[in-house]
Amino acid sequence: MSAAIVNLAYLLAVVLFVLGLKGLSHPRTAVRGNRLGATGMLIAILATLFDRQILSFEWIVLGAAVGALVGAVMALRVPMTAMPQMVAVLNGFGGAASALVAGASVVESALPEAQPGVPLAQLTAAAAASGVIGAVTFWGSLIAFAKLQGIVGDNPLQIPFLHYINGALLLVAIGLGVMLTLNPTAIGYYWALLAVASIVGLLLVIPIGGADMPVVIALLNSYSGLAATATGFVLNNNALIITGSLVGASGIILTMIMCRAMNRSLRNVLFGVWVPSEAGPKAEDVYGGRVKAASADEVAMLLEGARTVVIVPGYGMAVSQAQHAVRDLMQLLERNGTQVLFAIHPVAGRMPGHMNVLLAEADVPYDRLKEMDEINPMFEQVDAAIVIGANDVVNPLARTDPNSPIAGMPILDVDKARSVVVIKRSLSPGFAGIPNPLFAADNTLMLFADAREGVQQIIGALKGK
Amino acid sequence: MEAFVGALTVFVLAVFLGFEVITKVPPTLHTPLMSGSNAISGITIIGAILAAGAQHTTLSAVLGVLAVALATINVVGGFLVTDRMLQMFKPSRRELPDRQVQ
Repeated sequence: MSAAIVNLAYLLAVVLFVLGLKGLSHPRTAVRGNRLGATGMLIAILATLFDRQILSFEWIVLGAAVGALVGAVMALRVPMTAMPQMVAVLNGFGGAASALVAGASVVESALPEAQPGVPLAQLTAAAAASGVIGAVTFWGSLIAFAKLQGIVGDNPLQIPFLHYINGALLLVAIGLGVMLTLNPTAIGYYWALLAVASIVGLLLVIPIGGADMPVVIALLNSYSGLAATATGFVLNNNALIITGSLVGASGIILTMIMCRAMNRSLRNVLFGVWVPSEAGPKAEDVYGGRVKAASADEVAMLLEGARTVVIVPGYGMAVSQAQHAVRDLMQLLERNGTQVLFAIHPVAGRMPGHMNVLLAEADVPYDRLKEMDEINPMFEQVDAAIVIGANDVVNPLARTDPNSPIAGMPILDVDKARSVVVIKRSLSPGFAGIPNPLFAADNTLMLFADAREGVQQIIGALKGK
Repeated sequence: MEAFVGALTVFVLAVFLGFEVITKVPPTLHTPLMSGSNAISGITIIGAILAAGAQHTTLSAVLGVLAVALATINVVGGFLVTDRMLQMFKPSRRELPDRQVQ
């Protein structure tokens, strides 16, 4: 097949990718959009298989068969609560694949009879970029996976001079890339660069705590796209350049949204260690004698009289797999004539949109899931807000105390609801390490229980009447 | 140099296109957006196929095959898991117009 036809096939594939992403602008069109993207990928792969350079198909088929099997098993078996880990691993594999392709091009271009399609300086410089980004993505994603899966602890760590070490290593990796560009046949530089960048990837993510994982995953998502773009410059292939850019842009946008939702800069998330604050009110001053523990019966009584109920899920709901119980509670309340909505904070959970997927899994219709900006003006008309496993994202100190470590962070204005029910195991602080005056507010009832058990107790009490 | 400038032009325009398209994705679908965009970043598979099939050297072929396997995980796993997730998103029945009832 002539190069022009192959390139036209790539153009078609890229158009389908863009249409696929456009489909994601509404849940109604999203399934079709994703399938358009998959069709585009199939077209691109088929067109490539007709390339005249290909001498043997055995190894391609072997690699693809292994990959398809592993990918399909992972995709069909992963529970929705483990989606952050799944996406982290996929990010890592994408980055690694791009770095390996760039490596293969460097090896080929060093042959005496090589006739690369792009100037050697462009090839090696782009390969160096792909190698650095790809290796950082791969190892960083593996650490993120290990933290999310609970294989290693996910507390933020403070390691002295770590950022200087990391900065120095990154400079070394870039230096090796420059050496490779100046000596394109000295492919040893490429392997050295991969090794150094791998260490950077490990050290970059190791100190970052679990609650900051939404930012890390979004950023690594962006990197996996940029690695593909860099490989596109190696191969002079527009399909890779365009597709990688789309993914890179997507990851960057999500990263910015996550950072804004925590009122922190990307720099602060990556390099600043969150030290629990000594300033601000002490737990006993905030809670002392004012916290009202309630029974499930009292909560049920409150909910029976409510016309509008807003449920605020947090990571605690995912941890205790409470989404199905929450759905049952929603249906029970709706049968009673109560309007039930869900308020989703952008950083609730361990990745962007995590709560929405869990609730969709439990058959909560997507039109009940409201974003922060949409639901916040409504809280004053809400009869009861039920907070399930969330803490910092409903802490009114973010609004009222300019010295608080979370000052200025956008929160869900749960405290403005007529009454608030908080299901939480104890008064222990959230990630920010500060007490939450919401728990001691006059209109708040605390139901001390695990998220799922608490919701089930309320359901039992509602049914018992 | 000309080839590079051409590629750079495509890159810059694609970044703008990406920002335009992605900002329209609602927060509800941000998780499927990540897994779906992950799947399309598996486009690197076309480079992997060429490296694995051309077999200029054993080393480049081995790297290519490894890359084919990893990129296929990305493509197959990414599209499948995204499809699985997106199928779960359903509207309320009462807000579903009759013609869309399945």
